[in-house]
Amino acid sequence: MADGKVIYMDHAATTALHPEVLEAMTPYFSQLYHNPSSIYGPAQLARKGLDEAREGVASVLSSRPAEVVFTSGGTESDNSALKGAAMALKQMGNHILISSIEHHAVLHTCHWLEKLGFETTLLSVDKYGLVNPDDVAKAITDKTVLVSVMYANNEIGTVEPISDISKAVRARAKVLNRSIIMHTDAVQAAGYLDLNVDKLGVDMLSLSSHKFYGPKGAGVLYIRRGTPFTAQEMGGTQERNRRAGTENMPGIVGTAAALKRAERSREANVKHVQALRDQMIAGIEDTISRVRLNGHPTKRLPNNVNFSFEMVEGESTLVNMDMLGVCASSGSACTTASAEPSHVLIAIGQAMDIARGALRLTLGEENTKEDVAYVLSVLPGVIERLRAMAPVK
Amino acid sequence: MPQYTEKVIDHFMHPRNVGEIENPDGVSTITNPACGDTMMLQVKITGNVISEAKWRTLGCSVAIATSSIASEMMTGMKLEEAEKLSNKAIADALGGLPRVKMHCSVLAADALKDALKDFYTKHPDKKPYTVAK
Repeated sequence: MADGKVIYMDHAATTALHPEVLEAMTPYFSQLYHNPSSIYGPAQLARKGLDEAREGVASVLSSRPAEVVFTSGGTESDNSALKGAAMALKQMGNHILISSIEHHAVLHTCHWLEKLGFETTLLSVDKYGLVNPDDVAKAITDKTVLVSVMYANNEIGTVEPISDISKAVRARAKVLNRSIIMHTDAVQAAGYLDLNVDKLGVDMLSLSSHKFYGPKGAGVLYIRRGTPFTAQEMGGTQERNRRAGTENMPGIVGTAAALKRAERSREANVKHVQALRDQMIAGIEDTISRVRLNGHPTKRLPNNVNFSFEMVEGESTLVNMDMLGVCASSGSACTTASAEPSHVLIAIGQAMDIARGALRLTLGEENTKEDVAYVLSVLPGVIERLRAMAPVK
Repeated sequence: MPQYTEKVIDHFMHPRNVGEIENPDGVSTITNPACGDTMMLQVKITGNVISEAKWRTLGCSVAIATSSIASEMMTGMKLEEAEKLSNKAIADALGGLPRVKMHCSVLAADALKDALKDFYTKHPDKKPYTVAK
């Protein structure tokens, strides 16, 4: 911006730690440094902080505290969930069902499990990125042990019908008289959608703290009581034998503080970002031609805007917007030297050349109407400039 | 964007020689197989020198910056020199590129070789001793 202000619109990538969260974390770096597993008095203060954090997270998930496992973040939670469930049930079957638009933390873990003899079915999605619960039911076989569908997609923001999918999985499991674990990656949903695990009907749920104004390097894996699970970290009895290693106390306390805060302000924040989102979507559609909104028009995260622009490369848009003081993101091929554009955009049926021109703007609580107005005042010019440079087709 | 040099940003934000040439002597439109970026290059050749170069590119910021600086570098070059203009020389002229973006600089270098090939195909008599690959 002219005054040097930077507008951050990449909240799906990460968020700034909230001062209130930092304040909760600070004592655990130094004064309350003791190992919660130790027996002496000071360690009991750390233990108390750990227990309270677990209770805090459980209160948001409407779960039992013992069902909350603290991890190093969303990636570990997804890895542990899939590997832990697959390992525990490998005598019962080798089939895993996931959507074709999962995060790479799920996709790549499934590829790894395939090397160990598991088979993965990728459920196709419709043009909005929605998974059909009937498709899930139909794809379940007498070898299925695990179903994993994300709560909301990180690129296009589509919100999946998790509770309907869970119901479909349970119904099939009952008919087949077998145990099928239902996991959801709720990394992008936290702070915007209801995380009640009973309403969702899930056995496992992943969270990443830095997506809701908490610290990086911290996250949660919810594991419903009785769910078969083989620990992926060994060498200690922490987290009820489900995740060995001395607890990351600042991260854990920060996770609880951030999640409680996110839940407390959820309604107001949803209202705030959704108004900005709608202002942005309408503004882009009004001022720029040959654009396509990616994701569902209404079943989408309240903070997600994702457009494909014909005849531009997403990376160019990002660099140009950066020069104008706007931080955004894309699913662009040319950011990674890979010929493959976003698997999500391809899964919703987008042609390669259009998928390359995607721009993702993910809003956050500190964004304002003026920020959106600024983006809308510069973006049409950026797209026009880049298109004017392209070879005529 | 700190990952790019000031030169890359300058050429991306203020690209030189964008457009077409009336009656060009050599033309090329190529697509980078690595990422799908496309560049159209047109050159005017006077004697054995590239006297003018114009281009259009659909691609990332680095593809645009390399198109721009390459068009400046090739203008005034003798044909035998131009044939040898490497993607590394183009990247160096931009003050270097991040390793994962080096493949973007191949586009402009390949377009130039291809445009010269087009020129030699139309004018076999002008082909110098050094044979273009």
